[in-house]
This record gives sequence, structure tokens and C-alpha cells, in this order.
Amino acid sequence: MKQPLTLAGIAAGALVVLLILGSVVAVALRAERGAGLGAADWAALRFTLWQAALSAVFSVALAIPVARALARRRFRGRALLITLLGAPFILPVIVAVLGLIMVFGRAGLLNDGLAALGLPAVSIYGAWGVVLAHVFFNLPLATRMILQGWVDIPAERFRLAAALGMESAAQFRLIELPMLARVVPGAALVVFLICTTSFAVALTLGGGPRATTIELAIYQAFRFDFDLGRAALLALLQLGVTLAAALVALRVAAPEAMGAGLDRPVQRWGLPGPVVDTLAITLATLFLVLPMVALAARGLPHLANMPPEVWAAAWRSVVVALGSAVLTIALALPLAVAVGRLRPRAARGLEVAGMLGIAASPLVIGTGLFIVSYPFIAPDRLALPVTALVNAVMALPFALRLLVPAVARVESDYGRLAASLGLSGFARLRLVLLPRITRPLGFATGLAAALSMGDLGVVALFADAEAATLPLQMYRLMGAYRMQDAAAAALLLLTLSLAAFWIFDRGGRADADA
Amino acid sequence: MLTLERLRLTREDFALDADLAIPQGARVAILGPSGAGKSTLLAAIGGFLSPRSGRILWDGRDITRAEPAARPVATIFQDNNLFPHLTALRNVALGLDPTGRLSATTRDRALAALRDVGLDGFADRKPGALSGGQQSRVTLARAMLQDKPILLLDEPFSALGPAMKAEMIDLVLRVAEERGLTVLMITHDPADALRLGGLSLVVADGVAHPPRPTTELMDDPPPALRDYLAR
Repeated sequence: MKQPLTLAGIAAGALVVLLILGSVVAVALRAERGAGLGAADWAALRFTLWQAALSAVFSVALAIPVARALARRRFRGRALLITLLGAPFILPVIVAVLGLIMVFGRAGLLNDGLAALGLPAVSIYGAWGVVLAHVFFNLPLATRMILQGWVDIPAERFRLAAALGMESAAQFRLIELPMLARVVPGAALVVFLICTTSFAVALTLGGGPRATTIELAIYQAFRFDFDLGRAALLALLQLGVTLAAALVALRVAAPEAMGAGLDRPVQRWGLPGPVVDTLAITLATLFLVLPMVALAARGLPHLANMPPEVWAAAWRSVVVALGSAVLTIALALPLAVAVGRLRPRAARGLEVAGMLGIAASPLVIGTGLFIVSYPFIAPDRLALPVTALVNAVMALPFALRLLVPAVARVESDYGRLAASLGLSGFARLRLVLLPRITRPLGFATGLAAALSMGDLGVVALFADAEAATLPLQMYRLMGAYRMQDAAAAALLLLTLSLAAFWIFDRGGRADADA
Repeated sequence: MLTLERLRLTREDFALDADLAIPQGARVAILGPSGAGKSTLLAAIGGFLSPRSGRILWDGRDITRAEPAARPVATIFQDNNLFPHLTALRNVALGLDPTGRLSATTRDRALAALRDVGLDGFADRKPGALSGGQQSRVTLARAMLQDKPILLLDEPFSALGPAMKAEMIDLVLRVAEERGLTVLMITHDPADALRLGGLSLVVADGVAHPPRPTTELMDDPPPALRDYLAR
């Protein structure tokens, strides 16, 4: 006889598998046969791979000097900068895109500067804009992964190098280069994987025959042609790309980016002058901060008089984000407990089931759910629940990464004590497990809420004007060139996302003694 | 009488045999080199390890397969004996009521137990705000309320200084005396065994040897113990 929470965990795993595999099956059955892939579809595949590869190369190449500078220099604001490098994870994509438009767009700072110098203007729309936005998001991630590699080099190595009188070039060749050779491929692959399922960036900056990703093509087949067969076929293509990339990723260990201790600088000797490092830090900071500053400058004056539909959309987003966060934890907590209790092989299987969301693309699941549901229910009535559900499944892998080890640690530290006292069932959950995991639980809830708040994906398939979430509403304002309203909405969205994360994360930290 | 009847305990590449009896009310120090299986033996008695074969009996009742909480045993572990997020009072109260409810009687009895171990006025402190010795006292207060005839101690005082450790052993002795408990305590310090008085049980070379009076053992140690004591 299994305990209720274990059963709930197994049920949660089954639900995720059913949702993901079910939508894949629905997609496969509905996919247009015979016609095969057209020229536009091949172009979408090519562009998806091309932009993901370029984004990976640029992100990692630029991250190396930034990570090196952070690893070997101490300066004021260093810890803050490292924290900021983690922020893009919960930064809504569409907010960042609008910020980039404010800097690199037609009337942006860059083009103002170019015009003043008499140079021709550049356009952020198109293939290079997509890559630019992906670098904006993934440069910080790559920097954190590579910085972790640097921090993991034992400090004694550098002390020994100093004792031997090694110059910085020799230190780089003998100590740092081998680390980079180990870490960089994994970091590049992670970025590549993320960029293959990019939808919101392609939706806002891409489009047209030369800058359409497969995900965007799925959306267009839906919205513009209402060609479900073709959308399903494209979803299969996307699934193939994701699976292939995930299989490669399994062979290369992905580096750690959430690790602790990143703000510990290693003492170094025999360093060159600080010019290169200062430049790397300054440029990276400007690149990451300027778009947000430009956005704030543009949006703040209009915050007070935003159109009412923005507030309505904001309200819907808050509801969706809270629903999604609750759902994420309702799935993750029993899953984590069941993973800890089952036999190793069953536990591994259950954990993989919960992690499936990382390999699935939201648009593929959305397509599947649409195919299954639209004969029965009007899609716009389902828009918000489906968005919350899909967001929860997408956030689940991150929640599990946090909760599975935390639950296992409580079990190994206090399992025997609880058993010897006869603590069981609900009392054990309330008295032992929950109080011991409030921190990771708060962090995971905050992540789930923030990710859902900023998500512009599956909601675009289902929602009409009446059911728009704030990111979708923002996209519509941008499409109507109401940039000031869009900027104000972006500030609101950013505030809501950060607040959602902060409140839950704080809640988990309060009263967390010993 | 606690009887270990042709008990065989296994862990990965390790086996321990025990075939012995411990009289009710005995105070037994468990001695032996580290890695010999002292904690394994206690884990089996406490219900945290299923034996490969053999039986564990208390007064003739077979408890080999009983759940830890259903055994006549209270265990004090090497560490993590208290929940850090609960006050001393609530930690102690769990010994009476594992649902965590704090009725008036539970509360009174827990407070009395704390007073009994010399912790009057510490009820509302969390473990982090108590010294190591005070934490040990809280644990002992809870074990008293569990009201089990056997008390297992897995080196719980090893992190304390010598004076504090002696004090704690004296407290254990007093509690055991008052309640007629059977005490099994792991230690790596022969001085602890002598202080506990009573019997000593040597675990070495895959065998838990039947207990013998401690003074007798120390005067004429068998080879395994002699190696361990380096005499």
C-alpha cells in the first residue's frame, strides 16, 4: 500500500506524460500527409538551426571575456552584476525585445548615433535582430556557466602558477584553456537548445521568408491560414529538432548555472593591466542595462494613463501566473516526494516524466491541445487555463531541479528521526517536510509565477482580444505602433514578474532559521 | 530481555552476525573500531535496517519486522536529533504526540520533562539557540516522554567536551535508573564505557560479541578489543 503523496506524485508524472505524449499523438494524427514539407517549411527549419547556431556562438564567444573579467577582478558592484546576470531568466521576453527596439530600433539610440555620424541606419527587424535578442538573453546565462567553470578551478592552481612565476598568457594556456575546452561546448549547446524553441523573439523581430522559425511558422499556419494539418506537420518537424538537439545534449554534460559561490573572487597574481577586463565588463553591462533604462525612460511617463485593456490584461496575467505557480507546486511537490520514496529505477523514470517539459516546445503542446479541444470548446474560452497548464509543465523541470534534492536531504537528515517518533502522513508533511523546504519551495514558486507572467507562447494560439494576457496585449500595442503605451505596459509586466518572484522567494526565506 | 537470535545484517559488501541476549535494565556500552558495524547493529534494533536473517525479540515478542515507532525503542542519533524549525517544547512534545498537536496535558508534561533535564525556561528556544549540551538534554527529555523500555544512543555526545559528556552520561544513568530502562550506547571512548558501568559489547571482525562486564573486559581485553585499545 503506497502512501497518498507517493500516489499523487505518480499521478502527477502520469499527467505530464499524458499531456505531452497526448498532444504529440494528436499532432501526429492530424499532420497533413502526402504534401510533405514545402520550400517555406525547409526555410523555417534552416533558419531555426542557423539562428540558434549563431546565437550560441556569439553568446559564448562574448561570454568568455566577461566571465574571465568577473573571475579575476574585484570591484564594487561585482556581486550585484552577477546577480543581474541571473535576471534574464525571469525577464519577460517581450519586455526585453521592446527594450532592444528602444536601443537598436529605427528611432533608437544606436541609429540616432549613426545618423549623427552620417552613417546609414541599421534595422533590428529580421534575422540579425533575432540573433541580437537571443544573445541578449543568453550572454548572461553563458557567462554564468563559464564563470562557474572559472570558480571551480582550485585557488591553489593559481597560487602554484604564481610561485612558478607564470605570466598570464601561460596561466591561460595551462590552467584556463583546459577548463574552457570542457565547459564551453556544453554552454554553447544549452544556448543552442534554448534558441531552437524560440517563439516570442521570432514573433516580434522575425517573420518573412528569411526570418521565420518553425515555431513562428506553426503560429502563422494557425492564425493566418487556420491550416491545422500544416501546423501539425510543422509541430512534428519542431519535435524532431528538439529531440535531436536533446539527444546531443545528453552526451555533453550541461554546465551548472544556478550554483552557489559565484560571487567569490579567486585571488590571482601576475595579471595584465585591467584595460581589457574593464572594457568587457563595461560593454556587457551597457548591453544588458541600456535597453531596460531606455524602456523605463520611455514608459514611465505613460504608466498613469495606460488604456484600460492593459489593466484588464494585467489582471488576467496575475491570475494565470498564480494559477500556474500553484499548479507547478501541486505537481512538483508530490513528484519530488515520490521520487524520494520509490525504488531507484522507478524514481528515475518518474523524474524523467516530470522533466519532459524541457524537451517539449510549448507551441507543439499548444497545437496538440488545440486539435483535441477545439471541436468541443471555443479556443478563447480555454486560453487562460491552457496557458497556466502549459506554463506549469514548462516550469516543472526547474521546480524539480530545486525540490528533488531538497526533499532527499530532509529525508536523509530527518527520515529516521521522524520514523522513530512515529511521525507519518499529514503530520510528517506539516511538521517536517514543508518547514525544511520553504526556501527552495518559495524559490520554485517564484520562478514558476514569473515565468508564467511573462510567457508569450501558447496563449497566442488560443486567445482572442477578450482573453489576452499582458504579454499578448503588449505585442498587440507594438503591432499597432503604440510604442509609448507598449513601453508602459512593458514596465508594468516587468514589475509584476519581478514582484511575483520576489514575494514568493521572500516568503520562503522568512522564518527560515537553522 | 532483548534477544538477537542468529541475526545476520548485511550492507553492500559488509556483514555482521549477532547472537546474544541483553538482560532487562542492563546498561551496555558498544565498543569497537570504526566501520565495524556498531551503528548497523543499532539501526537493526531501532528498525531502520531489515536483517538478512534471524530475529529480534523483546520479552519473547518478535519485533524483527515492526515499524521503528512501533518498537519498544527510543533512539538518540549521532546528529539531527531535533527539528531545527521547532522550539524545544514542540520537539519534546513530539515524543508524546507525533501528530504535533499541543494539548494542555502534552504541554505540561513536555515542560515537566524539560525541567527534569535542567532546562527550565528554555522551552521557547529553537535548537539553533541552544548549546550542544542543551540540545542533548532536549533530546533526552523527549526520549523520556516516548516512554520506551529500550534507549539506544548512537554516539550522541561525541561532539561534547569531556566534562559535558560525563554530565550527560550521568543524566542518562539517572533517567535509566528512575525508569528501569535498558540502555545501549555506542562509544569509542573506554572512559565512557566505564562511566556507564554495567556491560560492554564488542563489535569487531563481523561479529557482535555477547556483552560482558565492562571492568572485566578492560582488565582482560580479548584480542579484537586489545587491538582497538592499542594495549
